[in-house]
Amino acid sequence: MSSASAVSITSEPDATGHFGPYGGRFVPEVLMAPLEELEIAYQQAQADPAFHAELDDLLHNYAGRETPLYYAKRLSEELGGARIYLKREDLLHTGAHKINNCLGQALLARRMGKNRIIAETGAGQHGVATATVCALFGMDCTVYMGAEDMRRQEINVFRMRMLGAKVVGVSNGSQTLKDAINEAMRDWVTNVSETHYLLGSALGAHPYPLMVREFHSCMGKEARAQMLEREGRLPDAVFACVGGGSNAIGIFHAFVPDGGVRLVGVEAGGRGKATGDHAARFSGGAPGVLHGAFSYLLQDDDGQVSLTHSVSAGLDYALIGPEHAWLHDQGRAAYVNISDEEALQAAVRLSRTEGIIPALESAHGVAEAIRQAPSYPGKIFLVNLSGRGDKDIGIYRENLKELDAGL
Amino acid sequence: MTSRIAQKFAELKARDERALVAYLTAGDPTPSRTVPLVLALERAGADIIELGVPFSDPIADGPVIQRAAERALKAGASVAGILEMARRIRQQSQIPLLLFTYLNPVLRYGFERLAAEAKEAGIDGCLLTDLSVEEAAAYVERMRAHDLDTVFLAAPTSTPRRLELVARYSTGFIYLVSRTGVTGERDQVAGNVADMVTSLRTHSDKPIAVGFGVSRREHVATLRGEAEGVVVGSAIVRLIEEHGSSADLEARLEAFVRELKQGTRAPEMAIP
Repeated sequence: MSSASAVSITSEPDATGHFGPYGGRFVPEVLMAPLEELEIAYQQAQADPAFHAELDDLLHNYAGRETPLYYAKRLSEELGGARIYLKREDLLHTGAHKINNCLGQALLARRMGKNRIIAETGAGQHGVATATVCALFGMDCTVYMGAEDMRRQEINVFRMRMLGAKVVGVSNGSQTLKDAINEAMRDWVTNVSETHYLLGSALGAHPYPLMVREFHSCMGKEARAQMLEREGRLPDAVFACVGGGSNAIGIFHAFVPDGGVRLVGVEAGGRGKATGDHAARFSGGAPGVLHGAFSYLLQDDDGQVSLTHSVSAGLDYALIGPEHAWLHDQGRAAYVNISDEEALQAAVRLSRTEGIIPALESAHGVAEAIRQAPSYPGKIFLVNLSGRGDKDIGIYRENLKELDAGL
Repeated sequence: MTSRIAQKFAELKARDERALVAYLTAGDPTPSRTVPLVLALERAGADIIELGVPFSDPIADGPVIQRAAERALKAGASVAGILEMARRIRQQSQIPLLLFTYLNPVLRYGFERLAAEAKEAGIDGCLLTDLSVEEAAAYVERMRAHDLDTVFLAAPTSTPRRLELVARYSTGFIYLVSRTGVTGERDQVAGNVADMVTSLRTHSDKPIAVGFGVSRREHVATLRGEAEGVVVGSAIVRLIEEHGSSADLEARLEAFVRELKQGTRAPEMAIP
């Protein structure tokens, strides 16, 4: 791709929330007017300096922004190629980038006079971040979580409960993120007048993909400025894992106009494409509609949504955020996938070279950077380390049995 | 050309009756049961059939219809298979048939392919719960090209501007969602249906059918004074769920629907 062509790419949606052909607003009529209301409230908040002042204060003093840009020296030297920098979102309050969006949306809900918050969660990070901001603002909080994910992430379930949230297990379908969103949307359809749905990824009906991106765009803005300060130049490539795609779009956004910066989204390759047990939408999916947005979707020939698999609950979802679909089709971002096994190995490697245990989701981004680094000496890589691994210790133990046995 | 749906509403109006629109999930409990069930609904007095095409992620549906969709998908229901059911119904009946589903199965099948094959199979129209009027241009255009009705939902939250759009894009009838929430049975009909109907009437004189939470004869009778039709879904689907394996399912369904249909008739005409 030539950098000249990339510079002309804009990633702003049209007035009805379409990124190219993707995105839009595909929901039952009951939700249409409330989404219009949300869009207006969001636009008004975005134009209000007082809103930004309060959000920035909370991001700094409560959540811990800005996060460091850390040069992973031992990892880079061991790989002997590109120099790898990590954007340390894992150091944020609650342990992942999710809090950025939660603070923004909670402030917005308060402006709209909605005191009841609902959310879905996969890995539990968004649920914990939502429960956290609800505690902070004294809001009523209900989090929907797949029963299978509740098993995989039991510590996060308890964290949410300790923070005062009600966690509702969803035992329909695959009992994962998709089913949790179904149930959250059913709640929203029913209680829409007093309830704000605090959607946790760059998914769903307009204005969610735009709004979630904007609340997370601080990651890319900071990282870009930090990189210029440290290296005097931009990175050559930016890596981020992509489930729905919020951490990726948050770090990509500031770099989209920088045509020389490769953007690499890393999907969950699961047990491998041949097995069908994965969440690699760009290699196995086709455009379709799920949960309000048109994008690449893993589905069968009859338009039924496929069951997905990833060792990491946060990447285990059938649709990719619509802006990623658009960046993909324009060739502005490349999307690859990393298997469960590669992600686990990358997590161990980062732990042992840098003393940083990453979230399983983030380990997918790290793994792709590790894979590419030896081929790019002299280049600079930026990896969004979107979350820390504390929540995944149980899964690491299950999957790294020799380590657990002390072998 | 007058559609079967429009013609049905005209006939009912002449008899001072309201339309009983009956929903069932096609393929539930198994694909082979659907045609006899539809014919039983017709014998019992149902005026229009909503043939639900099951979808894996039915966000507008409550647990009863969610379970029906799961059963139907497990039993192998597919869009093509459901069109084949429609062909078989058409060999025996002229009852109006409306496909009722979510956007993705139709998108995947293709608007043109679905419209052409649905028309040929004897389907009269389509309703996609998660397709808003704003996004519907391509779909409506293909449906019109094949003389199929497009029914859209009006909701308690719809603004006047939205009601106007919904009324304009709807043909056959307008489906008024009587309350916020998912499909499912309720004890009472929503209190503000009359107000919603009045607002909708300022935009359109198309027939209105009220659904969501309508499950008993008294609900139907209450709504007789408000709208041209009522939609009953979950109560029918629950009956199919409870008696799906029994030999007298059709007879039970007929008895239940016959009772509902009484509510659509003028009180002096109704057989007690």
